[in-house]
Amino acid sequence: MTAPPPDDCLAHNDWICGDYLSTRRQILLDALLQHLQLTVFSVALGLVIAVPLALLARRRRWTVGPVLGITTVLYTIPSLAMFSLLLPVYGLSATLVVVGLALYSLTLLVRNILAGLDGVPAEATEAARGMGYGPMRQLLTVELPLAVPAAMAGLRIATVSAVALTTVGAIVGYGGLGNLIYAGMNAFFKAQVLTASVLCVVLAVVFDLLLLGVERLLTPWRRASRRAVRSRAATGPKRLVAALGRRT
Amino acid sequence: MNTVSAVWSWLTTAANWSGENGVWHRLEQHLVLTFSCLVISALIALPVALTLGHLGRGGALAVNLANIGRAVPTFAVLVLLLLTPIGRHGQWPTIIALVLFAIPPLLTNAYVGMREVDQNVVRAARGMGMTGTQLVWRVEVPLAAPLVLTGIRIAAVQLVATATLAALVGGGGLGRIITAGFNLASTPQVVAGAVLVAVFALLMEAAFELAQRWAPGWARGRAR
Repeated sequence: MTAPPPDDCLAHNDWICGDYLSTRRQILLDALLQHLQLTVFSVALGLVIAVPLALLARRRRWTVGPVLGITTVLYTIPSLAMFSLLLPVYGLSATLVVVGLALYSLTLLVRNILAGLDGVPAEATEAARGMGYGPMRQLLTVELPLAVPAAMAGLRIATVSAVALTTVGAIVGYGGLGNLIYAGMNAFFKAQVLTASVLCVVLAVVFDLLLLGVERLLTPWRRASRRAVRSRAATGPKRLVAALGRRT
Repeated sequence: MNTVSAVWSWLTTAANWSGENGVWHRLEQHLVLTFSCLVISALIALPVALTLGHLGRGGALAVNLANIGRAVPTFAVLVLLLLTPIGRHGQWPTIIALVLFAIPPLLTNAYVGMREVDQNVVRAARGMGMTGTQLVWRVEVPLAAPLVLTGIRIAAVQLVATATLAALVGGGGLGRIITAGFNLASTPQVVAGAVLVAVFALLMEAAFELAQRWAPGWARGRAR
């Protein structure tokens, strides 16, 4: 007599499956780690490019149009096309995904950093100048800290979008959890698809909360007058961002 | 250099443009999918947004919907829908996912537009004895039109991008040229497809830009 087929949730191909979690723990952790790295590197790269761009746009006003124009055009390109367009340059590599995601984050970051710098009250900069601050010291100790709330709003949205978009990287084999979703789709493996999808959303929420915590640490002065600032912030950067829509 | 010429020769080969897998057929699929989903999501989102905006409720709903939407990967939703029983019905997983993701920008922008109407104007209209319906159609909607149109524009551009992703789960559209290129390990085809998709998305954006520029004054208003 042959042994009866295993009668567990993996054999049933259930959506929710505890056995899947225990048997594929290593695969899940590896994918999660790759997802994490792709997201962090891309947003960090975006930030490294966006801050100088925003500062340049602020110093030389005529560059605002071209900088915002080019980053917005990049933002319009669908992700599947973006990753494919970078293919001849980077080949099938993690760099390709990181660069593609960084290009998307540029739009959100530049716009919000610029909005934050423009929102610095003239009184603050005048007071700093009156106290004898040079341009560099004024930028580092007055303007940039005051721009943090708006910049962080952009950073949070850019990071959350990057987590979601990383999944598309599966097309070149570097999509973190997206790889599991892609493989799960081809094998009709429901538990894998659902687990990876849920982990994606959880990762996005964790990043968002972490950045919210960082923002609070960076802006201790806002806690005193949080209510007043919140009502102002709610109409500012959020609207800018709502007008960009999400990336797909 | 080599890739550029290979891409160019792919794009200029007539055989790649005709037939079931040709560019024209994929473009047609892409257009049909984009526009039908835009109409469906507008029919769902706009009445809700205009009503909530008129009543001044649901602001948190609109903002939260937009934020949650950002955290959910479109690709994951497409695959999840594909594996449910809906997946057996042709295009439906794609259409549902597309509509789901086009609703937030439509809803948010129309709601914000309605709320941003100058309250003095609203009070004046009420003072003149306008009924609620008259107020909505003759005062609030015309004044909110620029933002409502901006929402439609964002949704349309986003739909073009999402329709590309549908190719990953076996849907039609221009994205199929890219995924087919990957399956054939043909970099020229992948890049040619990507160029076509990018150009299409940019043209869509430009078309709305021009339409907004040439539109009558009340509908103009810069993208905010």
